[in-house]
Amino acid sequence: MDVTPSAPSEPVSPSAPPLRPPAHRVDPRSLRWWTVRALLVVGAVALVQVVGLVLTGEGTLVGTLVVTALLGAGYVIIMPRWRYRVHRWEADEEAVYTQTGWLWLEWRVAPISRIHTIDTARDPLQRLFGLASVTVTTASSAGPVKIVGLDADEAAQLARQLTEITQSHPGDAT
Amino acid sequence: MSPRECSDTDPDTAASGKIDSNGHNDDGQEAWRRLDPRVLAVFPLRQAGALVPLVVVLLISGQGQGGWHLVAALAPVFVVLAMGATRWATVRYRVGGERVELRGGLLNREQRSLRRDRVRTVDLRANPAHRLFRLTVVEIGTGSSTAKEGRLNLDAVTVAEGERLRRELLHRSPADAPAPEAGGSVREAVRAVDHLPVPAGVEVARLHLSWLRFAPLTGSGLVAVGAIVGTAFRVASDAGVNLASWATLHAAGDELDAVPLWVGVAVLAAAVLLAGGLGSLAIYLEGWWGYRLTREPDATLRLRRGLLTTRSLSVEQGRMRGAEVTEPLLLRLAGGARCAAITTGLDAKTSSRGALLPPAPKEEAHRVAAAALLLADPTAGTAAPLIRHPPAALRRRFTRAVLPAAALALAGWALQAGVPGFDWLWPAALLLLPCAVLLAADRYRNLGHALRPDYLVISQGSLVRRRVALQRRGIIGWRLRQSPFQRWAGLATLDAVTAAGGGSYSVVDVPVERAVSLVEQVNPGLLPAG
Repeated sequence: MDVTPSAPSEPVSPSAPPLRPPAHRVDPRSLRWWTVRALLVVGAVALVQVVGLVLTGEGTLVGTLVVTALLGAGYVIIMPRWRYRVHRWEADEEAVYTQTGWLWLEWRVAPISRIHTIDTARDPLQRLFGLASVTVTTASSAGPVKIVGLDADEAAQLARQLTEITQSHPGDAT
Repeated sequence: MSPRECSDTDPDTAASGKIDSNGHNDDGQEAWRRLDPRVLAVFPLRQAGALVPLVVVLLISGQGQGGWHLVAALAPVFVVLAMGATRWATVRYRVGGERVELRGGLLNREQRSLRRDRVRTVDLRANPAHRLFRLTVVEIGTGSSTAKEGRLNLDAVTVAEGERLRRELLHRSPADAPAPEAGGSVREAVRAVDHLPVPAGVEVARLHLSWLRFAPLTGSGLVAVGAIVGTAFRVASDAGVNLASWATLHAAGDELDAVPLWVGVAVLAAAVLLAGGLGSLAIYLEGWWGYRLTREPDATLRLRRGLLTTRSLSVEQGRMRGAEVTEPLLLRLAGGARCAAITTGLDAKTSSRGALLPPAPKEEAHRVAAAALLLADPTAGTAAPLIRHPPAALRRRFTRAVLPAAALALAGWALQAGVPGFDWLWPAALLLLPCAVLLAADRYRNLGHALRPDYLVISQGSLVRRRVALQRRGIIGWRLRQSPFQRWAGLATLDAVTAAGGGSYSVVDVPVERAVSLVEQVNPGLLPAG
């Protein structure tokens, strides 16, 4: 029962739909949120090296600090913009559909009828920019569908809407 | 129609009255029951294995120091006896119409109750001590992923009581219950059910002695031998004897001086392999002796196995989401495979990851997988002919296998120029290269998928080749992932998300269009129209 290069039983139809991106972008304030997060990460890495430099006076640390600054600047400038171009979401009567990532891309889709819980969450940084995320979990252990960087009010409304829709679907969603 | 529905009495009373002749009170309330008193004997017997080394160590270390150590050595025995007695004296359980309840414990008072309509598994397990007294442990599970809350263990009741509980708790198909005559009381109707002969299941598979040839190829024996040797060393060092320096090395060293080194190594390797093989055989026999897989009238698959400790596991048909046939390399070379069920709410610990079959011939594995999924033909499930992935997937297999080996060889070559003592690394890494090429080719050969009328079939892997047949209606979401390298190759990894088994199953390196069309075919209209 090895893999045989047999004729495909269901050939890829030539009109196979391309992967259409979800309809909505996330809130533009996410750009600033991601930038601040990136700055914090890069800053922490640089700080460790600065402290090391001050304490030991090791010359090579100047070199690594320069590299960190260059790479970090690139990361802080490019990542948020790239993410903002990628991150999209959509929710209707059928499914919740997201597109996330920047270098590594990920699309997730969960049928409404399989949804278990819908949560909104805001970490302190998100709160600073008036943002929130909506987490949609199913019965699977493979992780939830998460929409990050929504306007806080929009997120609450989406969660309410989704809860209403899912309540009209009976069953244990497994 | 269930007896309860015909009752004109208060539903609660009627429901609890369902448990009849052996235990209801006159007011119709199901009585609390005790565990079987014979657990008083079983509990200390079972703890004896753990107690003996402790007692021995206490006695040895206390030699010649008076009676105190005798008391210290015997104290654990009394503690265990007392624990067993209090457990029996305090633990009660009852099966009501709505709930299964357990309460008890002296120090850790616990009260646990499961809703009956949530009960998914009723497994029976009996170790030799239990079997000596014809007892069995009953594990009632709700299939909740939070394992502890969703489980209830009765340790132990009689085998007959265990079977009764299993039948009663899993039996919820109303068609099987004889309709009570008009006017007949609920209790009489239920009594009639209880006294019916236990319907026999239809046999799906049973152990063939020829399958024992696969036992040494499972490698479980080597692990066991390792564990036994490790334990021996630890116990010996606990007792103040250092095996490594004292007995073995001196004796073995003297012997080895007389013979060439390679003979010694060969003999040692042969001895380890032989011990490992025999150990595997013993583990196979202990685990799978008396193996029978049956389809019960109550729509469950029932698996019975075990030589010393007997186990009976049930999987509800309604919770089956698919099946998996795995072939670890050694088994594959001998034409063997394993078969497991993919179900929701199977506790990996108690159900040995849903195994439906011991290591057996590949054809048998596919046949049992199909039978478990109620498929007439294995090619509708795990044995489906597969669609191969595009050549770009082959290139990715090669780069992923060969690049690390090549990088290692290069690093080794660079190192040996600068650092002494690393001159063996790059030839060794070069030897890895042909292995990497073989691995990549085999991994590509095994890569494939197929969409059957009811199942998505996925194949992948080389060292462990895996065929998964996942029920289409068991797929509760999709995830498509693409790394930068996959983007260059026009490929992506499609994960079918499920509530069962591993949570998600991946179709690795398919063209994006194919992934989208798979999602469309399984869940039409799920992706917003483009």
